[in-house]
Amino acid sequence: MWIYEKKLQYPVRVSKCDPRVARYLVEQYGGADGELSAALRYLNQRYSIPNKVIGLLTDIGTEEFAHLEMIATMIYKLTKDATPQQMEEAGLGPNYVIHDNGLFYNNSSGVPWTAAYIQAKGDPLADLYEDIAAEEKARATYQWIIDMTDDVDLQDGLKFLREREIVHAMRFKEAVEIIKADQGTRKIF
Amino acid sequence: MNATKPTRDWYPFVGPFDPCPPKYVKSYYVPPNELIPYQPMNLPQFSLPEALRLGTLWPALYGPYEARSSMRGQQSDE
Amino acid sequence: MNKQLDENYYHKLLELQQLDFALIELTLYLDTHPNDLQALQQFNQLAQQRQQCAMQFEMQYGPLMQFGHSYSKYPWQWIECPWPWQV
Repeated sequence: MWIYEKKLQYPVRVSKCDPRVARYLVEQYGGADGELSAALRYLNQRYSIPNKVIGLLTDIGTEEFAHLEMIATMIYKLTKDATPQQMEEAGLGPNYVIHDNGLFYNNSSGVPWTAAYIQAKGDPLADLYEDIAAEEKARATYQWIIDMTDDVDLQDGLKFLREREIVHAMRFKEAVEIIKADQGTRKIF
Repeated sequence: MNATKPTRDWYPFVGPFDPCPPKYVKSYYVPPNELIPYQPMNLPQFSLPEALRLGTLWPALYGPYEARSSMRGQQSDE
Repeated sequence: MNKQLDENYYHKLLELQQLDFALIELTLYLDTHPNDLQALQQFNQLAQQRQQCAMQFEMQYGPLMQFGHSYSKYPWQWIECPWPWQV
């Protein structure tokens, strides 16, 4: 089971009301390579992966939910009390009509999240390589979002999330090595 | 951290009929996880406050990124 | 009712976030390095520190977890603001 903890993984700050950037950030909320996709992908793959890496998928999947909450926090702060006009100017007019200033799992173009974004092949290497690719894609997306804002406080949180993608990719690569190694011999370098 | 710089350059073909002002050099980022096959034990660590601020406990895994100028308009592709 | 958050709240929260972050990093690391005794010892030591830190935080600012993993004063504190995205 999961237990919620009433705190963020990282102290999220944004320095101004900015629905424009919020719109881009939604990509990491309900987009293909976003945090929701990541969490659901890893936690779902656990059931068909060899025992040795179930723990890793569980823990990274769980951390992704903490990242999802950080992204939600950024969007919440960037759009809190924004007027309908401000929302519209940021391209969030349709979002406002459907959700007011509420969040929804769609990408930055408004396409709703779909399970087609994630895979489970039942083949450990196929799944782990998908996970590594997902981390690299999320890292790249964070880079491009960082390019799109000059809000230093927001960049700070985004840089943290980007660095986590690097660490996760490292661990998934190690998981590949564990899977490749003989069952009997556990190689630690 | 890496001895080499974290970006690699490449030189796109510039056609005579490309309307946007050409960029002669493009670069992409190679994160530290691509350069470490399996994390060795007992690597040096950041202090706990540093670790949270930077997003990793290990300097070897730290691969910082800075925005390419403000907004991608006057992008300086290194 | 809005609780006023003082400097100390953010300070204590940050301290806890720092400890918890190191624990997350060590958790993922140990998932792929289960035989690293030194990392394991560091993990257990930080886990103990974390418990202390979280307990102090909860005494002052209310429960961090529900379903019986934290205690509550009267009246039931879990539902009180602020929630993480509000601070």
